Amino acid sequence: MTQLVWNGLFVGSFYALVALGYSMVYGIIKLLNFAHGDLYMLGAFTGFAVLGAAGGVPSSLSLPLLLGVLLATMAITGLAGVALERVAYRPLRRAPRLSLLITAVGASFALEYGMRAVAGADPRVYPVRLGGTPLEILGARLTPQQLVLIAVAVVFMIGLNLLVTRTREGRAMRAIALDPRTSALMGIDVNAVISRTFFLGSALAGAAGVMAGAYYGKIDFLMGFLIGLKAFTAAVIGGIGNIPGTMLGGLLLGLLESFGTFWLGGEWRDVFAFGVLILFLTVRPTGLLGERVTERV
Amino acid sequence: MLEIRGLDVHYGGVHALRGLSLTVAAGEVVALLGNNGAGKTTTLSAVSGLLRPSGGAILFEGADITRDPPHRITARGLVHVPEGRRVFSALTVQENLQLGGYLVRDQAEVRRRIERVYDLLPRLAERRRQRGGTLSGGEQQMLAIGRALVTGPRLLLLDEPSMGLAPLVVASVMELVAGINAEGTSVLLVEQNAVAALRVAHRGYVIENGTCVLGGPAAELREDSRVVEAYLGGA
Repeated sequence: MTQLVWNGLFVGSFYALVALGYSMVYGIIKLLNFAHGDLYMLGAFTGFAVLGAAGGVPSSLSLPLLLGVLLATMAITGLAGVALERVAYRPLRRAPRLSLLITAVGASFALEYGMRAVAGADPRVYPVRLGGTPLEILGARLTPQQLVLIAVAVVFMIGLNLLVTRTREGRAMRAIALDPRTSALMGIDVNAVISRTFFLGSALAGAAGVMAGAYYGKIDFLMGFLIGLKAFTAAVIGGIGNIPGTMLGGLLLGLLESFGTFWLGGEWRDVFAFGVLILFLTVRPTGLLGERVTERV
Repeated sequence: MLEIRGLDVHYGGVHALRGLSLTVAAGEVVALLGNNGAGKTTTLSAVSGLLRPSGGAILFEGADITRDPPHRITARGLVHVPEGRRVFSALTVQENLQLGGYLVRDQAEVRRRIERVYDLLPRLAERRRQRGGTLSGGEQQMLAIGRALVTGPRLLLLDEPSMGLAPLVVASVMELVAGINAEGTSVLLVEQNAVAALRVAHRGYVIENGTCVLGGPAAELREDSRVVEAYLGGA
């Protein structure tokens, strides 16, 4: 039982990290960035390349090394996200929403098959595995590395939430989400803030990619497709555009899958996830924490 | 201070401004009058960079700002309070005001400016934790103007601040405008409410079909038969 909860929280923290970028980008430019899952894939491959460049990996050092690789990868995927926005989405800022959506699907394919051209179609084995002696915590078995990864994910989430709610930059992001034209009149460089939002969201997806690579041990160029949809589901459950809601959605989805798999069998895992997506879209499309602001005119 | 020379704006297929020229001198309140669709809002949007003119020039304190993006124009001290107030509805009153201080690096200075706005507009101080969208129309207008004051403007562009407000509230908005001007900020005031606008303005222009057809001191415009007929409700 506790094992199921821990597994759920562990997978859920990946979902939450990826979902945050989805949610932030949707919040600020109302775009469902279908290429977001592929930035996670790009993160996994970037981490793979950085680890390869770092040479042999002594298993005793794997954790500090992994954290270093994590930061380097976040910088690179962050910049990739900025480039994606600049090249694919910014020229369409005033175009109909459907054009943007189709472009996002195109960007997703470009990243996937671009990676296949570079790295090949065969899955790669990650050079770092999260082994270690499992600890007994409340009757569940967890490796210290798993705990550290959950902790890292939680730190990122808390940091992001503080950034959005407490800082000048976060205020600018929320203002643009509500009204970009008026935000510009406040002296906010709207394009620059949108770029930085893509950087943050993409960096978090990249971090999740490295963590997933190290956890599952295998990566391939299509790995971002499913997690992109899962992250979308998590964002919808929590309330897309809402940061705490998205984190909650990610963790809930992880737990649902963990318990669903236990009760119904592994082959039902994705059915469970997308069943929940459809349920929310029909019954409560604003999500658990999403809300409509009543406005007086 | 502000000089608009032969401004042309097209949008969609519409030729919205046709060679419009006007000036605002330092320390002045200038009213821009005209009917719906005459080009008043278009003029302000072109000055603040929200719309890109197809011809003509806009000079602010001697610098050509015709093609500058909006955030650069705000940074120069030329600040536009748009039509319909455009308060950030899901953000608190305090956060709205803090956004006005976005370009001010010194946070202590931002706090001082916000406190000055609260002194000037005590109703906002009472509601500082409330979301902007929950304020009444008059309070939202005050917030929109207060937010612009936090940017530290030298010239304010006000677009229909009296729109949809009760006469008593209109009077207090106009009083606020006069007070702001008394402290040294110039104002370009767009209004359909010509009576209220000509009471606070030093000078005024009348625009029709995207060009200025009349201009002069406010006292003269109030007496001008054409203005009286068209905008002041007959003789």
